[in-house]
Amino acid sequence: MTQASNLRKPIFWIPLTFFIGLCVLLAVGLTLNPTELPSPLIGKPAPVFALPILGNSEQIFSTTDNLGKPWVLNVWASWCVACRHEHPILNEYARNNKTFVVGLNYKDPPANGQAWLEQFGDPYTLSVIDFDGRVGIDWGVYGVPETFVVDGNGIVRYKHIGPITVSSLQNEIVPLLHELSLEM
Amino acid sequence: MNLNSSITLAKVTLIHALLAGLLITFHGFVFAEVELRDYPNEEIRGHYLRLIDELRCLVCQNQNLAASDADLANDLRDETYEMLLNGKTVADVKEFMVARYGEFVLYKPPFSPATWLIWIGPFVLLAVGLTIAISIARKSSNTGARKFSQTDAKRINQLLGK
Repeated sequence: MTQASNLRKPIFWIPLTFFIGLCVLLAVGLTLNPTELPSPLIGKPAPVFALPILGNSEQIFSTTDNLGKPWVLNVWASWCVACRHEHPILNEYARNNKTFVVGLNYKDPPANGQAWLEQFGDPYTLSVIDFDGRVGIDWGVYGVPETFVVDGNGIVRYKHIGPITVSSLQNEIVPLLHELSLEM
Repeated sequence: MNLNSSITLAKVTLIHALLAGLLITFHGFVFAEVELRDYPNEEIRGHYLRLIDELRCLVCQNQNLAASDADLANDLRDETYEMLLNGKTVADVKEFMVARYGEFVLYKPPFSPATWLIWIGPFVLLAVGLTIAISIARKSSNTGARKFSQTDAKRINQLLGK
């Protein structure tokens, strides 16, 4: 039997195709980040909470107060090292924009949270105290910092896990917020 | 054995015993701190242990809730425990976790259109492999018995001196 007739036989090209297909699949898999899980909350109503405001704990902020306008929830903590990396980006954003940004001070003694904001600047419209992390569980928080965008109908539209970068802010969050404000 | 060396031996044995005792004591401490719970009945205890075994820790993704000492795993164990105490079923707890963290939180994913490939893929591959292996084995055993032409047979007999 010659080489040429071997090449035409299915026994030759079926395993080869299968092998190349498997290589492509695994190569794509290697480029994904396994720690970034798709949030099941996207497209669903944002979990409702009513929590005391950091620095003004007699007052309560409730998610239902925010219906009718898009807003951002940023989960942060004074013990969170990665939060320090994204904080300057949030500060810069807050200087130039009027977006309603809620900080969820996650599993943090309020005094620590306040001291942290005094030291690094406060980009939030307000921060709320989630000392026991219960609200964090409802929002599926597992890797602080995390950032959610909620639309005017109270639906979660976007989630970013880990520190926000300039590119994720400019290419994803800002265009989405712009689009959502036009929807209203 | 002289007296000196037997005293040394006794000392060494004593030190070993002390070290072993310390290890056992602290080993106990470490685990007692993680899991110190009262269960109203054996059923809840069983459900709890099964759930923390089957639910994944989101922070250290290759560990289950039972094995992880991450802060979040601790919170989720508390949550699981409290839900069971409040009369929730195993299915309720799983649903609660999946609604928040996605199906990834389940170490044993449900059989659904999105996961059927993971569940039956290996068996399909095994079946395909076996079929190919059997067909190759059959083919080679068929060609194994060669037929000789009349002239070849004659020549062979000649050479063998028959």
